[in-house]
Amino acid sequence: MDCVVEVAMTNENTTMIFKYIVTKEDFTRAGEASSDIKSKLKMLGIAPEVIRKVAIAMYEGEINMVIHANGGEITVSISEQEIVMELKDIGPGIEDVEKAMQAGFSTATQDIRNLGFGAGMGLPNMKKYSDDLIIESELTVGTTVTMKVYL
Amino acid sequence: MSNTFYNSVYLDAELCVGCINCIKRCPTEAIRVRNNKATINKKYCIDCGVCIRTCKQHAKIARHDLFTDICNYKYSIALPAPSLYGQFNNLNDVNIILTGLKKMGFDDVFEVSSAAEVVSQISRKYMKEHKDKTPIISTACPVISRLISIKFPNLIPYLLPVITPADLAAKIAKEIAVKKTGLKKEEIGVFFISPCPAKYTAKNHPIGIEKSEIDGVIPIKDIYPLLSSKYMAEATKNLEDLSTSGQIGIRWGQIGGEALGTKTDNYMSVDGIERVLKVLEDLEDKKLTDLEFIELNACDSGCVGGVFTVENPFMAKAKLERLLKKTAKLNNNKLEDYVLVLEESDVYWNKEVVYEPVFNLGENLKDSFTKMNRVNELCRIFPGLDCGSCGAPTCSAFAEDVVRGYAEEKDCVHVLRELYEVIVNDEED
Repeated sequence: MDCVVEVAMTNENTTMIFKYIVTKEDFTRAGEASSDIKSKLKMLGIAPEVIRKVAIAMYEGEINMVIHANGGEITVSISEQEIVMELKDIGPGIEDVEKAMQAGFSTATQDIRNLGFGAGMGLPNMKKYSDDLIIESELTVGTTVTMKVYL
Repeated sequence: MSNTFYNSVYLDAELCVGCINCIKRCPTEAIRVRNNKATINKKYCIDCGVCIRTCKQHAKIARHDLFTDICNYKYSIALPAPSLYGQFNNLNDVNIILTGLKKMGFDDVFEVSSAAEVVSQISRKYMKEHKDKTPIISTACPVISRLISIKFPNLIPYLLPVITPADLAAKIAKEIAVKKTGLKKEEIGVFFISPCPAKYTAKNHPIGIEKSEIDGVIPIKDIYPLLSSKYMAEATKNLEDLSTSGQIGIRWGQIGGEALGTKTDNYMSVDGIERVLKVLEDLEDKKLTDLEFIELNACDSGCVGGVFTVENPFMAKAKLERLLKKTAKLNNNKLEDYVLVLEESDVYWNKEVVYEPVFNLGENLKDSFTKMNRVNELCRIFPGLDCGSCGAPTCSAFAEDVVRGYAEEKDCVHVLRELYEVIVNDEED
């Protein structure tokens, strides 16, 4: 999958940044970003347990963006201390974040559920597999989900 | 991580014409064309045999033992793989093959399918005792076990820690022979009649056990000509009742057989290395749930599709089905039948499977960052056509080769052409 790569290097620290574009309702490509990050993390020699957490958390976040968002961008920053995933979309925003965090709750349409998605476990799984999860959302503006997994 | 790697598949350089067919099909991108020869990088090769099937020049071959090796032992035992039974026309009775093997020169025969039934029994027990660890992944196919140990470390805890039917058959057969003949273990040679080259590597460098009791791996295709033209006919004149296998054991020779032996309702059987890779990726990401057992076969249709077989895998499956209808018992072997020569612990692994990160880019994280950055820079220079002219399967694989120090940028014909045009334009000015 095409991704833009930036590298920021200082004397103490190196951070690699990967950016991915996510398109609304593009189910053919859904999951490609998390798949790509997984293979890059393996090549970098990151610990398998960390890769597993990142892969699952990011996959759930990416699918959420495809199902619910009007499109957006995922930025993954990898440093020697942590992996930060920022999933930023351009709408429609989450009405009730607390409700959305409940296991089994989903606002997915019937069409989406017919495809096999919308079980309502996305956000709970993202919380379970990441070490830190912050959700900022404003209706009609968009949502930014930031997840951290420590190395 | 160990520094030595072993595999059975290798290149016959004299026959290789340096085309790019095999490099494109290798599932681990282990092959590169350098100096006009498509050589295999031992670190990445998993002995799946795709290159053997792809090569039009038949330049990719596999190491194995010879039938004549049985002469090195005072007493030799044949261990026929169940896939052998699907290679022959109009076979009604497995005993014809087994008697034929004895007529060929083996002193005795022990069916791998019989050992397979014991493996199935112990597998069922393990699965019952480890319901928290699902799905359990089959480890009978050495290609898959090796693939998981180098590419899918998060799946290692889910591997079924039970020895393969061939290894168990070797153990049982040797112990029985020692008791029967009074000979020492080293004087008895146990030979697996194999559908696949990966078993040769597994014999020398097993996964999950310290040492394999198998002394030789002989390809089915080396045994087939003599058996079918001469010894099976001789066998029918003087048939011995040697078969001890039931249907469950014989089914191991084809896809779905091992899974059926686990007697679980929630299983998946996958064949073909490309499909297996996709399933392993999804498994790692926890996208496949509600499964208790996953059977993975590198070869299409299971072991009957191995490169050492003779018959078309689909025909072999049909023949096995016909044979199964004539097999009286569903299951004919239990651990308890071999109590004189076997303990339950003998059927389990005795060595840990360790992750071997062969695909790592750098020595440490900082080194890997620098190298990956360079790989991305190079990917922007290369045209992204994956044409293979540089000898690598894809432009990104080639970028990695350059960064790892195995190749130079100008090995890419497109880079070279651009350099040439610059020179020509300079001269014209």
